[in-house]
Amino acid sequence: MDNPYLPYPVRIESIVTETEDRNLKTFKLVFLDPADENKFSYTPGQFAELSVAGLGEIPIGIASSPTEKGFLKFTVNKVGKVTTHMHNMRAGDVMGVRGPLGNWYPWELLEGKNVVIIGGGFAFTTLRSSIVYMLDPAHRSRFGDITVVYGARTPGLLLYKDELAAWEQRSDIRMHITVDGTSDPNWKYNVGFVPTVTKQKAPSSDNAYAIICGPPIMIKFTLPVLTELGFPPDRIISSLEMRMKCGIGICGRCNIGTEYVCKDGPVFSLEQLARLPNEY
Amino acid sequence: MMSDRFVSKDGLKDGIRRLMERRAVIGPVFRGQYHEFAQLAQVDELDLTFQNSRLSPKGLFHPHSDRMFTYSLAKNDPEAGILKEAPQDYSPRVAVGIRPCDARAFQLDDANFETETIKDPWWVRRREATTLVGLGCNQPCATCFCTTVGTGPFDTAGLDVLLVDLGDGYLARPVTEKGRKLLDEAGFAAAAPAEASSRAGELRKAAEQSLGKLFSTEAIAGQNTLELFNAAFWDEVQFSCINCGTCTFLCPTCWCFDIQDEVSGEKGDRLRLWDSCMFPLFTHHGSGHNPRSQKLQRVRQRFMHKLKYYQDKYHLGAACVGCGRCVSHCPVNIDIRQVAQLMSASCIC
Amino acid sequence: MYAYTDRIREIARRLLSEDRVDLVIGYRKGTVPFMNEPFAARTPEQADRLWWDSFCGANLANYLPRRTDRVGIVVKGCDSRNVVVQILENQIPRDKLFIIGAPCKGMLDRRRIAAELGGKDALVAEEKNGRVLVQGRGFEVDLDRGAFLQENCSICIHRNPVIYDELAADLVEEQSGVDRYADVRQVEAMTSESRWEYFEELIRPCIRCYACRNACPQCYCPTCFVDESAPQWVGKTLDPTDTRTFHFLRAYHLAGRCTDCGACERACPVGIKVRQFTKKLEKDVKELYGYEVGLSLEERPPLDTFKPGDPESFIM
Repeated sequence: MDNPYLPYPVRIESIVTETEDRNLKTFKLVFLDPADENKFSYTPGQFAELSVAGLGEIPIGIASSPTEKGFLKFTVNKVGKVTTHMHNMRAGDVMGVRGPLGNWYPWELLEGKNVVIIGGGFAFTTLRSSIVYMLDPAHRSRFGDITVVYGARTPGLLLYKDELAAWEQRSDIRMHITVDGTSDPNWKYNVGFVPTVTKQKAPSSDNAYAIICGPPIMIKFTLPVLTELGFPPDRIISSLEMRMKCGIGICGRCNIGTEYVCKDGPVFSLEQLARLPNEY
Repeated sequence: MMSDRFVSKDGLKDGIRRLMERRAVIGPVFRGQYHEFAQLAQVDELDLTFQNSRLSPKGLFHPHSDRMFTYSLAKNDPEAGILKEAPQDYSPRVAVGIRPCDARAFQLDDANFETETIKDPWWVRRREATTLVGLGCNQPCATCFCTTVGTGPFDTAGLDVLLVDLGDGYLARPVTEKGRKLLDEAGFAAAAPAEASSRAGELRKAAEQSLGKLFSTEAIAGQNTLELFNAAFWDEVQFSCINCGTCTFLCPTCWCFDIQDEVSGEKGDRLRLWDSCMFPLFTHHGSGHNPRSQKLQRVRQRFMHKLKYYQDKYHLGAACVGCGRCVSHCPVNIDIRQVAQLMSASCIC
Repeated sequence: MYAYTDRIREIARRLLSEDRVDLVIGYRKGTVPFMNEPFAARTPEQADRLWWDSFCGANLANYLPRRTDRVGIVVKGCDSRNVVVQILENQIPRDKLFIIGAPCKGMLDRRRIAAELGGKDALVAEEKNGRVLVQGRGFEVDLDRGAFLQENCSICIHRNPVIYDELAADLVEEQSGVDRYADVRQVEAMTSESRWEYFEELIRPCIRCYACRNACPQCYCPTCFVDESAPQWVGKTLDPTDTRTFHFLRAYHLAGRCTDCGACERACPVGIKVRQFTKKLEKDVKELYGYEVGLSLEERPPLDTFKPGDPESFIM
């Protein structure tokens, strides 16, 4: 019997510090056994449990796209025991990955649609996975217009800065990068909160889905903007966070009503969330 | 073959002794102040006059603390940091004296531990390795309400064999093929005379009639989830709760667990251990956010999960078998029967 | 006992209708024999659900720490001493409390009664004139109340509330000639090995449900030491080392603060006599500092103050 609690052993190939406060690092992980990579077949939106023997596991959204072969990428915020230890690890160290877990963004429904992506702070990880996936030549033609609004408090706190700049130059994706504020005279992009910028840029809701990930306060103020733009609740998609342990819907910890965030989520539409108790 | 057998009280002991030669037999043993399900060292330890064990027998399949994996942390060990499954003992074993409520509870727990896509290997293997010999309840307790929640004092759901105490001996009813094999192995071959089977039937009727229907689980299933969630009565229900783990740890249909790593020197274990939605830090995020930081939210979650969410999710009825342990042992007398009545009321005020 | 009930209801009704408190914390009659449920009456009508009998063993001071509303509360002798300590420890301001004192003749121990019934199921229990009449399916027993007191009640020397705004009944006679520490001395007389075995057997059934801690009015830390995770002081399995750590350390945290109200023992679902830990420390504090917990708002617990002349032999 397969043991769904057993992580695949992986080695850290590189660690990149993403933000100026050094609280976010992107880990590039390679499977020790190449056969495991085939078993780990994932779809953007999913997460995995990163395992450090002796410390525990943490549920982290997969930042790499399945179109990127040979490795997995996770961007980890330094918050507690496991994440602090990970931040002090080095390339070559061995750890574990369990997954892929959870559901994914509703790619079947997004077929032929325009996709509006709204992200804030370090919640951008699975959104990176989604953007890389959609921009891949094998997939780009499946989707209509792609619009992205992504903001952080300051320029130094944005994730994936090089990739953001590269995407901004492309003609097949519309990037609206923003910061809450900056004193940098060379800042090329927008200044303003994500909800404000979203309202300004007013992406059309016509034949479109919106995927939104970010801190609760950002979501709270962006949802009315999306509603005003004409996005109905079943076309606004979000990914939730919850304290998790098993990640496979057995330990009973992460439920919202009948739904386990780790197994029935973490991706939910607003319409689905409206039917669940407001306890998250 | 699948018909009732009869075995005398001494005959039962002999049969169990026979079984003990080849496998572990677990049954209710009186230790300290109450009965617990423990492996029998001698057959005389078995006490089938008990009402029920203090802790439910869910520990047979889901022990309080369980070693999942081990790992080395030694420097220069090429296997360091890589988890290995900890050795377990899945030898066939028998549990005797399981009350029908607890057996039904195992089935309800199965829905959680063994789904189509994900199977918990420890739970599943332990379930497979165990033959369950039940004991009908001739005299349900005042706190029992099994018939209200879809099982009963002589229900065979989840059991491989049902024993009925007829006074001069036991009726032994094979329920599954696994159970029949066990009865044969124990040497319980004598067919039960018709009057023994009918006596058992009368005992069953009397036991069932002694239990009233206290509330309707169907009515709770039919309620609107959000209305129930936002009902005003939770404020009164939650007041006395002290958020200990008594109800969750004694309950046969509570399974929530934590996973922790413990290290000693250069090696460590990944363990799983019982946790409780009653504990304040159960849903505490690393960021400091806690969706159930208030006692009311935690108390509501437990009852909503057991009596409503579980019904809606699995369509097997409520995650409660009426064993009454929480009713008897809650330190502040929060009574699930009362809460269920509030939840099933036609007007949620 | 019914006189108490009527009086408590009358006081509560008055307090609530005069809007002098936001709620009155008392007990309501339990759904099973020998148990009552802590209950908050918030309206004069709800005051009629308050109840008092010899099964009001839960310590209602447990519901006070960090409350910000105006609270009426029913307290026995021991409970009232916990309220004193809570006020001294700044967990609840005196002026937010209306204390209804209930002089207590001791609470009954439901496990002792259950043992007496030999496993038979009680359906109804009624008290009258110092007797307890228990009825079940096909049986009836008449018990002498005095023989079934909670252990802490049988050796109680502070039955009358030490602080109150109004009494629910006349003060009762305090017990005299009581040896509070006979059991502690028995353990003190044991050899190290026997003592070790004694405590091992005592906590063997512990399932780490924390009912003892949560029922205790003095255990109000926002994050208990067993729940700290950074660093994690105590493992969460049933490893005996961790279980010992929890019980021993909790007892020490209660030194000079525990009133021996018995709520912990009463709450334990597996019947552990957890007071065996706290009683020893109560004796030590009494002998070292001459202090009895919570008798006066003028006296601070000795372990949170330093007085020159405090015993030092165990440090120096």
